[in-house]
Amino acid sequence: MNASRAAVLAFPGRLASFRREGWPMVPITILAVLALLAIFADVIAPHDPQVGLLGERFRPPAWQQGGSTAHLLGTDHVGRDVLSRLIFGARVSMVVGFTAVIFAGVVGTVLGILAGYLGGWVDQVIMRVTDAWLALPALTFAIFLAAIVGPSEMNIVIILGLVYWTRYARVVRGEVLSLKERDYVRLAIVAGCSKRTIMRRHILPNVVNSAIVLATLMLGVVIVTEAALSFLGVGVPPPKPAWGLMLADGKKGLMAGYWWLTVLPGVCIMLMVLSANLIGDWLRVKLDPQLRQL
Amino acid sequence: MSETDAPLLAVEGLTTHYVSARGTRVTRAVEDVSFTLGDGETLGIVGESGSGKTTLALSLLRLLPPAARTIAGAIRFEGENLLTKSEAELRHIRGKRMAMILQDPMASLNPLFTIGDQVGEPLRVHEGVSRRGAWERARELLGAVRISAPDARVRNYPHELSGGMRQRIVGAIAISCGPRLLIADEPTTSLDVTIQAQYLSLLRELQRAQGLALIFITHNLGIVARMCDKVAVMYGGRIVESGPVRRIFGAPAHPYTRALIESIPKLGDSNGRLTAIDGQPPDPAALPGGCAFHPRCPARLERCAVDRPHDTAVGDEHRTACWLHG
Amino acid sequence: MKRFVIRRVGYALLSLVVLSATFFVFVRLTGDPSVLLVEPGASKADIDAIRADLGLDKPLLVQYAVFVKGLLRADFGRSFYYRTPVLELYLERLPNSLLLAVVAMAFSLAIGIPSGILAAVRVNGWWDRAGKIFALLGLSMPSFWVGLLLILFFSVYLGWLPSSGSGTPWHVLMPAFALGWYFAAAHMRLTRSSMLEVLGSEYIKLARLKGLPEALVIGKHAFKNALIPVLTLAGINLVLMINVAVVVETVFAWPGVGRLLFEGIAFRDFPVVQTTVILGGVMIIVVNLAVDLMYAVIDPRIRYER
Repeated sequence: MNASRAAVLAFPGRLASFRREGWPMVPITILAVLALLAIFADVIAPHDPQVGLLGERFRPPAWQQGGSTAHLLGTDHVGRDVLSRLIFGARVSMVVGFTAVIFAGVVGTVLGILAGYLGGWVDQVIMRVTDAWLALPALTFAIFLAAIVGPSEMNIVIILGLVYWTRYARVVRGEVLSLKERDYVRLAIVAGCSKRTIMRRHILPNVVNSAIVLATLMLGVVIVTEAALSFLGVGVPPPKPAWGLMLADGKKGLMAGYWWLTVLPGVCIMLMVLSANLIGDWLRVKLDPQLRQL
Repeated sequence: MSETDAPLLAVEGLTTHYVSARGTRVTRAVEDVSFTLGDGETLGIVGESGSGKTTLALSLLRLLPPAARTIAGAIRFEGENLLTKSEAELRHIRGKRMAMILQDPMASLNPLFTIGDQVGEPLRVHEGVSRRGAWERARELLGAVRISAPDARVRNYPHELSGGMRQRIVGAIAISCGPRLLIADEPTTSLDVTIQAQYLSLLRELQRAQGLALIFITHNLGIVARMCDKVAVMYGGRIVESGPVRRIFGAPAHPYTRALIESIPKLGDSNGRLTAIDGQPPDPAALPGGCAFHPRCPARLERCAVDRPHDTAVGDEHRTACWLHG
Repeated sequence: MKRFVIRRVGYALLSLVVLSATFFVFVRLTGDPSVLLVEPGASKADIDAIRADLGLDKPLLVQYAVFVKGLLRADFGRSFYYRTPVLELYLERLPNSLLLAVVAMAFSLAIGIPSGILAAVRVNGWWDRAGKIFALLGLSMPSFWVGLLLILFFSVYLGWLPSSGSGTPWHVLMPAFALGWYFAAAHMRLTRSSMLEVLGSEYIKLARLKGLPEALVIGKHAFKNALIPVLTLAGINLVLMINVAVVVETVFAWPGVGRLLFEGIAFRDFPVVQTTVILGGVMIIVVNLAVDLMYAVIDPRIRYER
C-alpha cells in the first residue's frame, strides 16, 4: 500500500509504471475508432441517416439473401440505411456521453470539495441532498426529469449531469477529508492562504485523479442510461439516429426476425460501454489504488 | 522404535520466500533456519516484527499464504519430513499432533458459531467424535483452561466473551486433540498485562500436564526468561544466536542479543537508563548485504558489510553467527 | 442502540424531505407547472382551476406545504388516462412487479453466488478470469438489449417462450432473466470480494490449523460469513429491481409499475410519472433504513460503533 502510494505521488514513478504495465490497446482502439466515426460521420456514412425510401424497407445485410451492397448492414422499417445510422449514432453517444460525464464531474467535484473542506452546515446540506438523490434509482429519476423538460439532446446532458453528480461528490468529499489532514495543507493554512486558494491550489489538483477515474467508469453508465431513455422515448428525439432509439425502432421488426435491427445497435452500445469500463478499471489501478474497492 | 532418540522436531536449513505477483520481488522471510526441539521442551523464538518469526511458524505447519513458498530445507516431525507430505496427510497432523495459537484472539474465532461447536470441531474431524460427545468434551476443555461456568460458555458466541477468555478458548482448541507440539505466536500481545501473566502460567501448566513441546514466539525477552528452556534470536530471517536460556542471558554472544537484553527495563534500577537499539529493523524485502545487522551494530567490523558470518559454536549448545566469534 | 435508531430514522426522514423538495422544485423550475398537471387539450377554465388548486399565486413555502400535505394523505391525484386515483393503479401493478423482481433475484443469486465463490476460491485461476469477463459483460450489456436478444432467440427462432404479456409461469422467465442479468454480475463481484476477505481472516486460518478438510473450511466457516453482505445487498437490490424494471417491463409488456411509468410517459400522464418515481424513492429509503436497523439488531458490534 505504502509503496504504491508513493508511486502515485512521485511523478516519474507514475510514468514508469505506465510504461511497464502496457496500455489496454483493444478498448482504446475501439473507442478511437468510434470517435473517428463520430467526427467524420458526414464523410464516412454512405447515406443520409434520417431519410429512407419506403420501398427499401427491412433490407437484410449485404451477405444475407435479399441484401445488397448499397446497404451493407441492411435498412430499417422506413428504409433508412442501418450502417449510416450506426455511424451517426456514435456521434450522439459520444457527444452526450462525454459532455454529461464532464458536466456531472465538474458539479460533483466542486460540491464535493466545498462539502469536504468547509465542513459544517455546507457539508450537511450538500451531503443530505447527495444521499437523498443517491437513494433514487438513476433511471427513474432521469425519466422524471425528462418528463418535465421534454426530450432534446441538450436536456439529456443536463438530466444525466443532475442525476450523476452525486457519485463524484461522495468520492471527492471523502478524499478531501483525508487531504485536509496532510501537512502541506496545514502548512498552507498556517501560512495564511485563503480558503479559496487552498481549495484551488492544494486540494483540487489532488482530487483530479479520482475524478478522472470515476468519469471514465461513469461514461459507460451514462451511455447505457442515455440509450434507455431514448429507448423509452424520453431521450434523443426521434428522427435523430441514436442507438437506443434504433433499438426501439428495431422492435417493429423483431417478431419478423429482422435481427440486424436489434443486434447491431446493441453491439455498438456494448462495445462502447465495455471499452469505457475496461479503460476505467485500468486507470483505477494505475492512478488511484485507493479507489480499487469502488 | 528406532526413533526414540531422535528429537520431536528437527528443522534443517528451512528457507521460505515470498514472491510478488509478477515474480519480480523476492522477500527472504526465512533463510536457512535450523533448530531442534525435544519432547516437553520449550523453545522461545525472539525477534522484532518482520524478522520472519510468524512465517517460520506457518512454514512448520505448511500453512503459508499463497505468495509464500518453502523452497529448501527439511522439517522432521516425529521422524517424518513434513515437506514431502501431501495436503491430506498434513491435515491429519494439523490440529491433532501439531497445534498453533494465533496472535489475535479477537479475530481467530468465527463470529457465527458457538464456542462449543468451535472447540469440539477438531475432535469431530480427527477422532470422529459425535456431535454430542464433542460438546461434552468441549465443556471439559473449557474447564481445563480455567473458564468458569463452562456449561453456559459453550452456548455463547465469541463476541459475548472478553479477550482473555477468547484466548483461553483458542488454547482449548489447540490442546483438544492432545498434540505433541504447540506453537504459540505472540499469544499475549493483545491482552492486558495482568491477564497476560495468568495466560502464561496457564500455558505452562498445560504444557506440564500434557507433556507438550512448546514453541513460543515473542518479541518480549522477559517472557522468554520465564517460559523457555532454549532461545533462538531471529534477525532478518535468520537465527543469529541460539542456545539455553541461562547461557544466552548470562553471556550473550551476538551484539543484537546483547542490545535486546539491555533494552529490557529492570525493576528497581531507576538511575540506569534504558538503551534502545539504534536504527530501524530492516525491510525484509531489501536486506543489507553481509551481516543483516551490520548497519545498526555497535561492534561492527569492516568485513561485516561484505561477508555473511557463519554459524559457529561458542559453547555447549550455544551457537551464533557473528564475526566477533568467527 | 436507542440513539443509533433515532439517528437513522432522522436521516431517513430528512432524505424524504429532501426528495419531496426536489420534486417540488423541479416541477416548478419549468416555469408553469400547471402545464404538466393539466390534461392535454384542456380548456382555459380547467387550467385556471388547477392554478388556483396549486395556489401558484401564493409564496413557495405555502405551495410546498400544500404539496407535502397531499403526499402525507397519500393523495397523489388522478391519472389523466385511466381516470382513477394513481395510488390505486400503482397498488394494482405492484404484485406483478414483485413477482418479476423475486424471480429475477432468484436468477441473479443462483448465478452470482456460486460463481463468486468459485472465483474467490480459485483466485486468478481460469474460473476467476471467466467470472471477470462475465461481470464486465453484465455491466456493459443493457438489460433491455438482453431482453430483446432473448426474444429474438427464444421466441422468434425457437418459438419456445412467449415474447410478451403475463399470465403463465413461462411469461416471467425471459423478463426475469433480462432484469436479473445485471444484478447477477453485481452479486458475483460482491460474493467474490466478500469471500476473499473472509478467506484472509484469522478464523479461517484457525479452521485450517485445526486440520479441517478444505470443503468444511469453505462450506462451513467461510460461506456463512461471506454471505451476510451479499444477502444485505440482495435485500436492497430487490427493491431497486422493482424500480429499474421500467425498460425490461416495456420490452416484454409486463404489467408492473415500470410499465405504468412508461405508459405515464407515453400518454403524457404526469401524475402517474410523478407518483411512481416518488413511491419508488420512498420505498428505497425505507428499505435502506430497515437494513440499517436490522444490521444493528443482528450484529451487536455495530451498536457501539456509531
